[in-house]
Amino acid sequence: MSEAARVSTPKLQQIEREPYYQPIGDEVALFESAHRRRLPVLLKGPTGCGKTRFVEYMAWRLKRPLVTVACHDDLTTADLVGRYLIVGNETVWVDGPLTAAVRAGAICYLDEIVEARKDTTVVIHPLADARRILAVDKRGELVAAPDPFMLVVSYNPGYQSVLKEIKPSTRQRFVALDFDYPEAAVEAGIVAAEGGVDAETARRLVKLAELTRNLKGAGLDEGASTRLLVHAAQLIADGVAPAIACTAAVARALTDDPDMTGTLDDLVHAVF
Amino acid sequence: MTSSTPSSRKLFSDELELRLDEVLFASPSHRSAKNIADGLERLGREQQERVLHWVAVAAQSYAEIGYLVATLAPRALDRLDASGFEAWVLAGLDAYDRQGGQAAMALLRDLDGFCAAREHVPAAARLADVESRLSRFLQGLSGRALALSHGAFAHTDTETVFLPAQLAALPTAADNRRLYKAMAALLWAQTRHGTFGSAALDIEAALARWADRERALRWFATLEAVRLEAVLGAELPGLAAEIAALRGPWPTGLEEAVRRLSRPDAAVSQTLTFLAECMAGEDEPPQLAHAGAIDIEAALRVRAARIAREAETVRRALSTLKGFGGRQGAGEEAPAVNIEGGRVEFSLDGEVAALPPEARAAAQSLLQDLGELPPECLVPAGPGAWQPTQREGDEGGGENALTSHREPHRRYDEWDYRRRAYRRGWCHLFEVDLAPGDADYVAKVSLRNTAAIRQIRRRFEMLRGEDRLLGRQPEGEEVDIDALVEAAGDRASGAEPSARLFCRRIRNERSLAAMFMVDMSGSTKGWVNDAERESLVMLCEALETLGDAYAIYGFSGWTRTRCDIYPVKRFDERYDATVRGRIAAIEAKDYTRMGVAIRHLTQLLEAQPARHKLLVTLSDGRPDDFGDEYRGHYGIEDTRRALQEAHERGVRSYCVTIDRHGADYLPRLYGPARYAVLDDVWKLPLKVADIYRRLAT
Repeated sequence: MSEAARVSTPKLQQIEREPYYQPIGDEVALFESAHRRRLPVLLKGPTGCGKTRFVEYMAWRLKRPLVTVACHDDLTTADLVGRYLIVGNETVWVDGPLTAAVRAGAICYLDEIVEARKDTTVVIHPLADARRILAVDKRGELVAAPDPFMLVVSYNPGYQSVLKEIKPSTRQRFVALDFDYPEAAVEAGIVAAEGGVDAETARRLVKLAELTRNLKGAGLDEGASTRLLVHAAQLIADGVAPAIACTAAVARALTDDPDMTGTLDDLVHAVF
Repeated sequence: MTSSTPSSRKLFSDELELRLDEVLFASPSHRSAKNIADGLERLGREQQERVLHWVAVAAQSYAEIGYLVATLAPRALDRLDASGFEAWVLAGLDAYDRQGGQAAMALLRDLDGFCAAREHVPAAARLADVESRLSRFLQGLSGRALALSHGAFAHTDTETVFLPAQLAALPTAADNRRLYKAMAALLWAQTRHGTFGSAALDIEAALARWADRERALRWFATLEAVRLEAVLGAELPGLAAEIAALRGPWPTGLEEAVRRLSRPDAAVSQTLTFLAECMAGEDEPPQLAHAGAIDIEAALRVRAARIAREAETVRRALSTLKGFGGRQGAGEEAPAVNIEGGRVEFSLDGEVAALPPEARAAAQSLLQDLGELPPECLVPAGPGAWQPTQREGDEGGGENALTSHREPHRRYDEWDYRRRAYRRGWCHLFEVDLAPGDADYVAKVSLRNTAAIRQIRRRFEMLRGEDRLLGRQPEGEEVDIDALVEAAGDRASGAEPSARLFCRRIRNERSLAAMFMVDMSGSTKGWVNDAERESLVMLCEALETLGDAYAIYGFSGWTRTRCDIYPVKRFDERYDATVRGRIAAIEAKDYTRMGVAIRHLTQLLEAQPARHKLLVTLSDGRPDDFGDEYRGHYGIEDTRRALQEAHERGVRSYCVTIDRHGADYLPRLYGPARYAVLDDVWKLPLKVADIYRRLAT
């Protein structure tokens, strides 16, 4: 075995083409400012309202590689930081996505951070304050984050579950940006642009979304997201009849409950 | 249908009389069943059995209805087939559940009406069948909550949409269901699109011009139906098309109205202008099956109350904003209101002010009613903390008041096995706080049982979920050094090294929420109650050690209109002095209506995030309630149904009882292996923790 174990760092992807993103408020300027000032950012908002797309867009704008980690409840610290693998007779250290992002000065995006186990999220604490270091305990290494490195996390405050809450000690390290579904006209613009449908169809899709959002808490956990509308629009653009596209992409995607499905069908047929 | 395959021989009058006496004997009136029996004698055996069955069912609800069904049965069976007869009785019972005995008797007596409705349109739609779907549809359409209820005719008071209990205007059931939807949508549109006026337009004054107010209102309702359909078409073209298809071509006499009002931007003022022309003539408005009536008094009254309430809410919310009436006193500028794009936004000194969600909703609703925000709500209300205005339903204190006068916290359906249908909203459930009992009770019990508690703790500690490190795994977070050394050795000696060189951390997460439902019926008085309380002390000790989420609720009650649930420990409460005080306060109360308690607690349990959910009942006997039929088969069947519902929602149930006859009915309720019968009540405290250990591992 050699003295210093080999280290393998995965290569990171750079976003080459500009992702479609329609700014809603001052989030772009705030994000850029946070990046310049080396502050981590927390994105809050319901599912499918454009958080992930926003981060992709900002990574492209800032010309930084983007590392996205979808958090889940089996995510361990090793999954983020890295682990030893055995190759031949040797141990080889493989950087996890977080470590790789820190070394490369990338933007690291932890999607749905509340899904991760609480002990896992603690590893980001020293990265998310003035220290900006990542402790790789198993190697006894402290990786200092270069200036362009940025930590971005997201979560959906709409979940009612008590388990899905973000700890104050984590939350209070971030600049928080609120996301919500955009205003009707803006959302229709997004649906038209992303889904490739005409303005009138997009407007009706947004109307449908508004009707389903009225049912939040009255049988639905969440109303239709912008993402669902884009899906429906793409089906329509591909030649599927609007009512069928909405039933499949919106109504059925929102619920399994047969009564609720009936109501959603009614709403679809009210709009189309 | 009938309970057994009848033998072919029909029953004679005296036999029938005997059977009728059996099912009607609970009645206070001492009428003879002789005449009724004579009437039934001519029927075939199958029909006789059918009548006896349904008479028994009806008499369980109300003996008078039983009598009436028995009396009218021969006539009814002449005109109705088996399913029609069943529907007739059920309609009567439904009316009894909803509106009481008088309404039920009237409905049953109106056999002609029932038959006419049935023969004419075998395909009537019933509101009860479409209610839930329709009310969610309305909720989807309208931002603000709009309730749905049955009324004598279709109209809205701007907060509730009233629809007739049954619709039979169209030939098929599907069409009649669509008619319900069209009616509801148009009534919603009345509240949404200004039928009841705005800040600038006083409908009452506009309608006051005509002496024949009734006729004016009829015309108004018809013309609004024309206008609103077009208005709906702009936003909801699918719905408007469906309404148009339902109504068919406009009836003659409305051509001019359609020409003038059928425009997406038509306002109620245009309806009023045209109304004047209609009233100048002599004609009655044509009948539109899909258009509801307009009850202007009710609507304006409810609307005025809502506007006052919401203006106050907005005013209070605004007054807490810094610089507006709050700290810096009067003389400040009123906030600027921006209502562009249908959203209300307040700004103070150019900064957008964030209002609490209740206030935002109130402002939105005001905008819908008035088209603007009333100036009075922009006037400061003086300093004070923000609080939404109290709703009328909120009552504090009044626990000792007669509970039947209170609004229940929830209503639950109950299963009637004879009807094979739910009685809707039958049980009135109240959550009642227990007055704290002897503060030292738990300490005393703990002291007396120190050894047992220590044992319980030790046993439960072993169950506690902890991380385990699994060695020699094909993959994992860490290298298993032992395995690696071994593999290196194997390799050196020329043997095949193992590839399983990693450790993996396994987390034994106990994702379990347990709900304990404690029988507080009168029969537990004395030592059963003591044993229950002691077992709860033991349980709490055990569960605190284990760290599982758990809750304890007592239940008791007195008839269906007073089903009480006593929270002892809610899921989010800690096992502290308050909870201990409540355990001490558990006492024998009234009866055991189990179904409703199970349904309520299932609901609470369902909200828990745990993967496994367990409902444990501590009881001393079978389901029972005062006065009505709950004792016996009915109660067993309802409880069984409630447990099935719980099971469907992923809640597993278990029963611990000290009723020695428990084995007779518990297998039917809980299943063969899901209950325990204790022969000695004093085993309960020790056993309950033990049983939980078996269930939860």
